[in-house]
Amino acid sequence: MSAASSVVAMKKVVQQLRFEANINRVKVSQAAAELQQFCIQNALQDPLLTGVSSSTNPFRTQKLCSFV
Amino acid sequence: MACQGLSKGETVSSLRAESENLKAKLEEERSKLHDVELHQVAEKVEALGQFVMKTRRTLKGHGNKVLCMDWCRDKRRIVSSSQDGKVIVWDAYTTNKEHAVTMPCTWVMACAYAPSGCAIACGGLDNKCSVYPLSLDKNENLSAKKKSVAMHTNYLSSCSFTNSDMQLLTSSGDGTCALWDVESGQLLQSFHGHSADVLSLNLAPSETGNTFVSGGCDKKANVWDMRSGQNIQSFETHESDINCVRYYPSGDAFATGSDDATCRLYDLRADREVAIYSKESIIFGASSVDFSLSGRLLFAGYNDYTINVWDVLKGTRVAILFGHENRVSTVRVSPDGTAFCSGSWDNTLRRWAGYSFRFVYCCIWTL
Repeated sequence: MSAASSVVAMKKVVQQLRFEANINRVKVSQAAAELQQFCIQNALQDPLLTGVSSSTNPFRTQKLCSFV
Repeated sequence: MACQGLSKGETVSSLRAESENLKAKLEEERSKLHDVELHQVAEKVEALGQFVMKTRRTLKGHGNKVLCMDWCRDKRRIVSSSQDGKVIVWDAYTTNKEHAVTMPCTWVMACAYAPSGCAIACGGLDNKCSVYPLSLDKNENLSAKKKSVAMHTNYLSSCSFTNSDMQLLTSSGDGTCALWDVESGQLLQSFHGHSADVLSLNLAPSETGNTFVSGGCDKKANVWDMRSGQNIQSFETHESDINCVRYYPSGDAFATGSDDATCRLYDLRADREVAIYSKESIIFGASSVDFSLSGRLLFAGYNDYTINVWDVLKGTRVAILFGHENRVSTVRVSPDGTAFCSGSWDNTLRRWAGYSFRFVYCCIWTL
């Protein structure tokens, strides 16, 4: 790799790092609280947590009750 | 990314020094905000009870390893692709095969369903991603209408339609990701920044705008702006290849699965890793991850043939699912969250469903 192209490559790395260093961040405590809030708010609509009720389960086989 | 002209006196070594300084500053900024761990915040959340999760259907028909699968938005159909070059569209209800395509290459590592449900995209060792419109006529040869869209210089590892059938996002062993116009095959944007094969990509949930995340063999996960091609954020805490990346349902975080036997959660607003899902007993790589609808559960497929189900908030494992007889290569939750599907090197796919006892108010046995 020529000297000129490695300087160009390094320049790109530095520019990218400057960009990343300048972004706004929030505290983990706040971010974590929001992740948790989302989970809790949506828990009852999560079929893999609550189970799927008989009427809405698309995979339910149609069975007829018969009394012998 | 346009590069500014070089200032006087800049040399490789001065730039390298600045790069090291910036990396240290980045770490420092991230650490300042690291005031607590996610599982500590989640201490007061009720624990999930015992899980009951079983295989409801096994889909047999591939002649070799299943490498990838995707759900259709109709919540019923799936597409899967295999090492044997076949791509099959199944009805996950009935296990019927609705369409089959034979690719001109083996190792079809990527496949995706179009949002309309009217087409599929796939590719692998052919270095391309091709789109096949799905015909209602089962006798029609799908290969006749095949459209080559993406061209990479190495294998295609992952593909995804954007919010319409018109654009396709791809990742490749050539180290790049790319956005393509399906109709014309034109390259709309390319994404450079990974220093090795990119293995996986995932689009942010549509409410959160035009970004996507990618992960690869350089152990990095990168978040990109789809329009500008800019690498917005980069995360490098894994100790080996990242095999899979998936967004948390709110779009504020994403999870990764890696050959270092861990899965990790990265929060985008805190700009850091906030959880690691690992156990000393888990020593094989995680190949694929996906979240349940609420984001509380993370399903992860491993090279030790198991699927581990993790409590995302508490960081604990809530279930181990056995059944596959070889590596689990792909795990995807259905669009309505009622089930998830896994694909494996044992040539089969399995559809799983179940629930946590904690949440069930009354037992309804449906099967």
